Amino acid sequence: MNKTYRITDCSLFRLIVFVIVPLIILIRCAMQPTSYITGIVITMGIYIVLAASLNLINGFSGMFSMGHAAFMAIGAYIAAFFTLAPQVKENMTPGLPAWLINLQIPLAPALLIGGAAAALVALIVGFPVVRTKGHYLSVVTLALIVVVRAVIDNQGDITHGSRGLTGLPAKSTILSVYIAVVVTLFVLYRITHSDYGRGLIAMRDDPVAAQTLGINLVKKKISCFAISAFFAGIGGGLWGHYLTTISASNFYFSKSFDIVEMSIIGGMFSLSGSIPGAMFYTIVPEFLAPLESGFNLGGIRLPTMFGLSNIIMAVLLIVLIIFRGQGIMGTSEIILDTWFSKDTYLAPFRKEEYQRLAGVFRKKSS
Amino acid sequence: MLEIKDLVVRYGGISAVKGISLEIAEGETVALIGANGAGKSSMLHAVSGLIKTASGKITFDRHDITGIGADRIVSLGLVQVPEGRQIFTRLSVDENLRMGAYVNRDKADIERNRARVLDLFPILKERAKQSAGTLSGGEQQMLAIGRALMSSPKMLLLDEPSMGLSPIMTEEVFGVLRGLKDQGITVFVIEQNAYDALELADRAYIMETGTITLEGKSSDLIRDERVKAAYLGGDI
Amino acid sequence: MINSAYFMSMLISGLKLGSIYAIVAIGYSIVYGILRLINFAHGDIMTIGVYIILMLMNQAGVPIPAALLISVAFSVGVGLLIERLAYRPLRDASEETTLISSLAVSALLQNMLQMVFSAQRQPFMLPEALRTTHKIGIVNLSTINIITFISTAIFLVILHLVLTKTRIGTAMRACSENLRAARLMGVNVNRVVMTAFAIGSGLAVIAGFLLAGEYKTVYPSLGFVPGLKAFCAAVIGGIGSLGGAVTGAFIIGIAEMLFAGLVPTTMTAYRDAFVFLLMVIVLLFRPNGLFGGSETARS
Repeated sequence: MNKTYRITDCSLFRLIVFVIVPLIILIRCAMQPTSYITGIVITMGIYIVLAASLNLINGFSGMFSMGHAAFMAIGAYIAAFFTLAPQVKENMTPGLPAWLINLQIPLAPALLIGGAAAALVALIVGFPVVRTKGHYLSVVTLALIVVVRAVIDNQGDITHGSRGLTGLPAKSTILSVYIAVVVTLFVLYRITHSDYGRGLIAMRDDPVAAQTLGINLVKKKISCFAISAFFAGIGGGLWGHYLTTISASNFYFSKSFDIVEMSIIGGMFSLSGSIPGAMFYTIVPEFLAPLESGFNLGGIRLPTMFGLSNIIMAVLLIVLIIFRGQGIMGTSEIILDTWFSKDTYLAPFRKEEYQRLAGVFRKKSS
Repeated sequence: MLEIKDLVVRYGGISAVKGISLEIAEGETVALIGANGAGKSSMLHAVSGLIKTASGKITFDRHDITGIGADRIVSLGLVQVPEGRQIFTRLSVDENLRMGAYVNRDKADIERNRARVLDLFPILKERAKQSAGTLSGGEQQMLAIGRALMSSPKMLLLDEPSMGLSPIMTEEVFGVLRGLKDQGITVFVIEQNAYDALELADRAYIMETGTITLEGKSSDLIRDERVKAAYLGGDI
Repeated sequence: MINSAYFMSMLISGLKLGSIYAIVAIGYSIVYGILRLINFAHGDIMTIGVYIILMLMNQAGVPIPAALLISVAFSVGVGLLIERLAYRPLRDASEETTLISSLAVSALLQNMLQMVFSAQRQPFMLPEALRTTHKIGIVNLSTINIITFISTAIFLVILHLVLTKTRIGTAMRACSENLRAARLMGVNVNRVVMTAFAIGSGLAVIAGFLLAGEYKTVYPSLGFVPGLKAFCAAVIGGIGSLGGAVTGAFIIGIAEMLFAGLVPTTMTAYRDAFVFLLMVIVLLFRPNGLFGGSETARS
């Protein structure tokens, strides 16, 4: 057999690029927890969780939600209620029940509770939401953001109002965030590759046909919405414990749009897309930010221009969707296929993998 | 009048039309017959400029119309009556007719055409102010044809005019087409309903999975064993 | 206790807000009708218009009517440019893609405004003459209110005539029902779309002027949320239907002001949430809005 392999078919290559290199970067960051770069990498991880969970609903179910920030807010606030110190809560959020004020638990269970709360809200609001179609659904999910914000801003006893919560323990570290990334992606990956996930895709591609196959569209849509919200809640919780100070304005339209945009950039039909999407969204602005304080353009000193990097990001986004509407990954799951396949990790112990890699290079040089 | 050369139409990676050529002379009535999914509509949409062609050349009335906008093709006098009628249901019957004359800016000319169309389809005159959505299926097909005639086209393309109509209505629609033929309008009709189409047309093409497999005079094709077996239900 | 004069003043504020929403909602509705595109940048066109007016009045001393006219012309240009650069290349793309493009354009415009005019709020005061109030019966009406009501009525009548009596207007309605069939009639879709954007952008500036006069201030994200509410109005009325958009706008405007004026002050902060909830509730019972017919097949 004379099948020609591309370099991306080589498990060894994929192991190096998608596993070993990222691991090295993460370990280096973990060793310098306070460095600026570490902050960017943590943000990126949280965005991966958020974009991937959004992809489940926007890419796989045929619904297009723009309300992720609402579920992030719920997850962040609820998780914070469980991790804040009792003394802090007595002053800031006296309206909480006494047992909760006196309770302080580790981040992981708090995140799960936050995620569950977001999922519960999604189940409840899911009924009206999934009854709407297309753009209407998108707009209804936007409405959700407004409602959540109004509640947070106005329930001062519990949420400290628009002043927000301060003093959240800074527990979103490289380790905790990237454990969440791997777990989230693994769960979502398994979901999309299960019967349930295939049902979702069938529903996305042809709702009428899916119905004749016995798929209950309403149930499917609501459950998908809730699963997505669960992980959005976890992402929100992580985001809160990274910022350590949160208010409803951290979870408003612009945050939601950011997530939608990175999901589109990476490719919303691919869970793997959340990774390049989040990378693009965190790394590119870092290179653009220095431009805002003025720079030399052909000998002319340009003045300070706040907002310039956002403008360039917006233009990049428009250009990208015009020329590559499917996003960076399209429908490819190459990154997650690599991560969650035994073969990747066995590759270093297999002789034929080395031969295959060598073959690819030999072909290239000839 | 209309000449198609080696036309290829692709959707994504799939070729719906795989290099077909055909020619229709002025004053002729020609039918294109084929089953569902044979690529008939794709070909017609390419001719009307609704979709892009992958390769090939389309010439109408000595103009190369390959890849030019749908609106310019209509201006040249090549007008399509779309499949499923696609009248504007929220507009009145009269507004539908005026939309048909969109490329024409000569008011007097529009009025003349309107009078002619209403003569041809008296029922539309009664319903002129009604919203087009209230018409019956047959009336809607009349409106769709009338609307196309409003621009005084040199050639008419009809995409499955009998689709979804009762046998009586189908008979009536083909009667109208015969009338147009007698007026000397060049007509190109695409049909699954082979019998009526062959009865009407001077010549016909048979299309299967993107290619033309047979062509000839209608009177010959209607007796052709292969055509009989595949499209005429054998015993007609 | 609520007395009738107070109620009337709330009602008038609601009518005024409704007029503003109506002018914006129409722009949303006609563009959405034709392209199935939620043009999130529509609200930002409003803001641009206000900044241009402010600049012309404060820095060049241009009188208001002239400033308004210049601003309308400029903003129509911006609207057309956006359509050409960010939306037309995506004409055949999926609905989600165009949605994102419009979000990106919105972010782009807001950041540009911030770059050029700074993020600071700037005062936007209407001249004294426009703010004087007239007592008519038990209601107090300011000059600007009267102008708002009359001009909204005029715009609606003109627009109605354009859509029903003119060639391009009929084409716009035809396009919004069936774009493909309209193309087969020889309609140049680009021209129709440009007309829709021009009308929408021009009207947005008028609405922006009225809105900023009401808020007495202008800032880069001024138009975004009111724009979104106007979109809600269009949705409530049944998007694509002009009468629906206007009705929805007045429902929202009046409901919002009555909510703000009549509920206890602890609840007034829920004003925006109330508007969006209203839309959700309407959609629950009427998935296509109050006056929206069922969606016909489009291609």
